[in-house]
Amino acid sequence: MAATTVRGVVSAEPPESFARRLRQSLRTPIGAAALAAALLLAALAVAGPVVFGDQASKIDTSAMNQGVSGAHLLGTDSLGRDIAARVIVATRLTLRLGLSATAIGLVGGLLLGLAPSVLGRRAGRAVTGVVGVLVAFPGLLFVLFLATIFGIGSTGAVLAIGLALVPTLARLIQNLATSVAGSDYVATARILGVGRFRIVVRHVLPNIVEPVVLFAAQAATGSLIAFAGLSFLGLGVQSPDYDWGRLLNEGLSRIYVNPASALAPGVAVVLAGLVFALLGEAVAQTGGRRTAARAVPAARTPVAMNADGGLAQTPADVDGDALAQLTHLRVSFPGGRTAVRDVSLSVAAGEAVGLVGESGSGKSLTALALAHLVPYPGHVQGVVRFDGHDLLADPRSGRRLGAELAMVFQDPMTSLNPALRVGRQLAEVSEVHLGQSRKAALARAVDRLAAVGIPDPERRARQRPHEYSGGMRQRAFIGMGLMAEPRLIIADEPTTALDVTVQKQVLELLGRVRADSGAALLLISHDLGVVAEVCDRVLVMYAGRVVEELPVSRLFQGAAHPYTRALIGAIPTMTTDLDRELATIPGRPPEPGEEISGCAFATRCAFARDRCRGELPVLAPAAGGAGHRVACWYPRAGDGGTVTDDTDTDDTDTGITRAESEAVA
Amino acid sequence: MSSLELRGVGVRYGRFTAVEGVDLVVPDGSVTGLVGGSGSGKSTVGKAVVGLAPLTAGRILVDGADQPRRPGRTAVQLVFQNPYASLDPRLSIGAAVAEALPKARRAERAAEVARLLGLVGIDPARAVQLPEALSGGQRQRVALARALAARPGVLIADEVTSALDVSVQGAVLNLLRRLQRDLGFALLFISHDLAVVRYLCDQIAVLESGRLVECGPTAEVMARPAHETTRTLLSCIPALPARTAPEAT
Repeated sequence: MAATTVRGVVSAEPPESFARRLRQSLRTPIGAAALAAALLLAALAVAGPVVFGDQASKIDTSAMNQGVSGAHLLGTDSLGRDIAARVIVATRLTLRLGLSATAIGLVGGLLLGLAPSVLGRRAGRAVTGVVGVLVAFPGLLFVLFLATIFGIGSTGAVLAIGLALVPTLARLIQNLATSVAGSDYVATARILGVGRFRIVVRHVLPNIVEPVVLFAAQAATGSLIAFAGLSFLGLGVQSPDYDWGRLLNEGLSRIYVNPASALAPGVAVVLAGLVFALLGEAVAQTGGRRTAARAVPAARTPVAMNADGGLAQTPADVDGDALAQLTHLRVSFPGGRTAVRDVSLSVAAGEAVGLVGESGSGKSLTALALAHLVPYPGHVQGVVRFDGHDLLADPRSGRRLGAELAMVFQDPMTSLNPALRVGRQLAEVSEVHLGQSRKAALARAVDRLAAVGIPDPERRARQRPHEYSGGMRQRAFIGMGLMAEPRLIIADEPTTALDVTVQKQVLELLGRVRADSGAALLLISHDLGVVAEVCDRVLVMYAGRVVEELPVSRLFQGAAHPYTRALIGAIPTMTTDLDRELATIPGRPPEPGEEISGCAFATRCAFARDRCRGELPVLAPAAGGAGHRVACWYPRAGDGGTVTDDTDTDDTDTGITRAESEAVA
Repeated sequence: MSSLELRGVGVRYGRFTAVEGVDLVVPDGSVTGLVGGSGSGKSTVGKAVVGLAPLTAGRILVDGADQPRRPGRTAVQLVFQNPYASLDPRLSIGAAVAEALPKARRAERAAEVARLLGLVGIDPARAVQLPEALSGGQRQRVALARALAARPGVLIADEVTSALDVSVQGAVLNLLRRLQRDLGFALLFISHDLAVVRYLCDQIAVLESGRLVECGPTAEVMARPAHETTRTLLSCIPALPARTAPEAT
């Protein structure tokens, strides 16, 4: 079992160093373009003055102020010097100035930005205050101010522009560092006695490097333009030196005579800026670790989903009475990740169905598919019917969902808009879907808040979500679902984020709402206890498929699938034997991208045989009785399940114990 | 190894009192469960012990000596609830564990990291991997290995399994219980799940609005809860219909 885990993960995801990821991202179109352009720019800066230096400084009185010609691609200036050569030669100085200014800004920004993390609280606050004041100072004014202080010339300009960058960079780095410093891993490091300086170097810097690099690249572009501006104003580079800004200055006076002389240095500034931006983008891509072309194993997951067997054995196909129905649902994401492999389920009017599974089993996406809410770029296949309408074939029928389907999400903190009053948010539902007037809708909102047990609903309706407790927010959100007359309520882990005491209230509320409105309920949860309390029927999902479907009354005694039984066995209860280890399920569930032959649970199943590993079991009626179906070649037998249940948990348990005691030894 | 003692501990954030007048002793080598609803201040107590929450009243003693007010290396280690947030995404798990080790030579460190990872059931060959390559349960094991690397006399486990699936929870709890018994550290186990607390803990302390309302041996508190809060917490465990208990065989 340990071997399974190790093989699966190690081979799929080798450790990725920054250098490796950088190489990967340089292979993308943006990365390759950035690299090529940067190399070209560097080559020009290094070789330009060597190759074209003489040509650029050669004064030729016979060819003054010439236009574009074969001999002078961009014409000549007032002393007859070749402008094309001068633009190329100026690359070195321009880049040197721009990059040194950026470097000054970056170093200063890092020092000031990280200082609060390293210094004590009081000194840190002082630094933050100083940076705050400097940021408030207009940037251009700051540059001009510094340029005047440092005097005219390129050194002064570098210092001025570099220092002007410091406040904004410092502020950015401060903010980023503060968010990292608040993380649990930094707290852990502090408890471990890691010094402040070390924390900054090891934990803070690596986690903020991408946005800083991206910003620095932008700053480099900005400083190129700033130099051009300063030189153009005569504050920057002084004769006989020249950068693109000075060339621009010289060329501009003759723009009507020879446009190329002014445009060329301008274009050079723009192009160099683009190169910096591209480079920053490429590096930032390296940081966005998941986007940078992680080698996902090519999708060879079977497209045809056990068509023959599956179709024949799904009563959902012919269930005309179902309110909501999913048939052979498959939800996949680019890169071969298939979160829902093949799910068929139906919810009859007024029925309460539970959908149970561990994280990654695809249960939430199944529910989202039913509500037409699968996030981009998820791809939904199969048939999704609600009240007889095919939602996938006829997108407009999705509008019906607004009034007839209510969705309750896990986190009531994020599902309500913090900026709007609760009453207003609820009222919006009736206004949009039922066309009620603002006043009538608000009255209904107050009525619904009362219905979900919110005390003093009129006052509460005028409050914003942050004035509600977590449990009250969830109630209000359920109330929002009740604004219209929903026929189906989908509740996705509605109590997971709540306190145990509040959980009970919310579950009771869901039960009461169902009794009052006659709505059907699809309850998604990882908690079998929650599902057992509310639902009539339970579907157990594993690796994107339904592995068992049974009435709640049979869940704890008559489950037939080894996975369901193991899941039940793993829940600690008030009667768990204190002298034994808790039951566990060894191994890990397959990844969404993984190719599975046969039963997905076979690698973790104590009862798996060869057939399980080679052939995919489909849902078939179980021996237990009506409404009980199981996808298992060798379902566990019978009611009570005393003996099998026990050996089951025992086996898995000792499996882990053995592996670990070896490790201890 | 060590005992932890809280005397009249109070934590205030501005005008908000998170914890007030908590007296609690976690004896050497035993497990104390700290339970309560959300907002009852149970996590704050844990944070105060390691200096992550400001102690505004009372004393915290480890082996009779005052804990420093600021976080730093002490005999107490804390494992956070969310293993997705408590490991640095840019630091390999081996490096994360090594960071907690006392200063030693490089070769010794590598061997010690391998031993600790083995101890929590992670293949030492994975030390070079980043946390993103690990599942939630595996991450929590690494976090545990990191805490153990500092050789704590007292370990605080703050809701260490509530971010994990039930099938993984058992493995982490088994591991924690076995390590506690083998290594003998005092364990303050913060949780809202009474079934888990019952399984793991020798004594239970119940918090309500930042105050300790009940404290006693696990079996006794479970059988005869004296305080209303304890009774409510007990009654809120979703009742699983009776199923065959393992001892039936």
